[in-house]
Amino acid sequence: MKAPPFTYHRPTTGEELAALLGSLENAKVLAGGQSLMPMLNLRLAFPDHLIDINRVEGLAGIKVEGEDVVVGAMTRQADVLASSVVAERLPVLAEALRHVGHIQTRSRGTYGGSCCHLDPSSEQPAMAALYDARFHVVGAAGRRTVEAADWSVGMLQSALADDEYLEAIRFTPWRDGADGRCGYGFAEYARRHGDYAIVGCAALVRVDQAGAIGRAAVVLFGVEPSPTRLPALEAASLGQAAAGFNPASHLGEVDALDVMEDIHVNAVYRRRLARVMIGRAFADALARATGAKA
Amino acid sequence: MQQPLVITATINGRPVERAADPRMHLADFLRHEVGLTGTHVGCEHGVCGSCTVIVDGRPVRSCLMLAVQVDGAAVETVEGLTGASGSLSRLQRAFSEHHALQCGFCTPGMLMTLEALLRTVLNPTETDVRDAISGNICRCTGYQGIVEAALTAAKDRQGEPA
Repeated sequence: MKAPPFTYHRPTTGEELAALLGSLENAKVLAGGQSLMPMLNLRLAFPDHLIDINRVEGLAGIKVEGEDVVVGAMTRQADVLASSVVAERLPVLAEALRHVGHIQTRSRGTYGGSCCHLDPSSEQPAMAALYDARFHVVGAAGRRTVEAADWSVGMLQSALADDEYLEAIRFTPWRDGADGRCGYGFAEYARRHGDYAIVGCAALVRVDQAGAIGRAAVVLFGVEPSPTRLPALEAASLGQAAAGFNPASHLGEVDALDVMEDIHVNAVYRRRLARVMIGRAFADALARATGAKA
Repeated sequence: MQQPLVITATINGRPVERAADPRMHLADFLRHEVGLTGTHVGCEHGVCGSCTVIVDGRPVRSCLMLAVQVDGAAVETVEGLTGASGSLSRLQRAFSEHHALQCGFCTPGMLMTLEALLRTVLNPTETDVRDAISGNICRCTGYQGIVEAALTAAKDRQGEPA
């Protein structure tokens, strides 16, 4: 079908954008458009105003600031995937992006757009949750920073107020050092390549020179309406020998998750799949941290 | 409802100026306003890939972009692949040689996706080609002929001057 009529706005500066957001009723922000355009074409969204932020200066690009990597909200998925900074410091982001849509959608789709849309099966907000990233938000009242844990407030709902926009996402990479070597793991199951994930999991671990797990982070996506960190598993792994650690023995919290169901996938299957994906992602993270896998 | 907006873009190397409703997507703009009907409209929600065109060097779904968004941009469609005399490009000839099309509905999208791939990846593997066209659905060929055509064209391109 065709998109419903709307009034089109094309701001070029953050000030113009904030002014529009602060004054227009029933407005939607158009970033890469790879979720919003289908919603418009399918008449699932009826905004009175469409604010196209593709020409707002300063929203795209990947910057290194001290230890951090700051991904501009309008950075295209294709550019994150091709970034040498990301490949070196946040390799799991690139691995995850290979599962996001297709070449043509990654040309347009943006990292920040996906984080604001917050599809439950999206890899990108899950990466933010995995790294405890910080979301830099701008609004009429000024700037604020939202922690990843506070970013999702419900199904498809970010912490952005109606008059705010996302400027950038700040990641602090896990670096190898005196306290150990880091590794990542990523596992996702979808019915076809590029489809929405039924369940995905990403894990980060640091293993010290004695072979013990010193730090761990695990996130599930596609399971609950928002990315789900697994704090009990993370805590249980600390101090354990990487060689003998079996995450399957520490998955009690997975039984307590509010697992989504749909016509294709019931909660029993999805929960079972989550356990499998956790096992694979954690094993790969440990293998990379111990040098058993490149 | 908002009045049509004027769009100035370069399409297949030629400057084009047309007005379009803001809600019109790029594929409809190309077909109905510019008269380039080679770009096919399939699902209109970004799943089938038949509307793939190249915008500023990148393959995109033209059903998931508003026409007004290409104001100032360079757009390439399947019509731009052929030479001035109407001769087929190497990739198009390879499609013919390898029976890479039957009904032809997906072909413009396949060609533009693979054109973008062959420009950026000099020596693609079969996996590269299959990954590239994973967002383009073909219900006739079973893809094998398309993959063979792309690999043949890639091989031949290496011998050609850029």
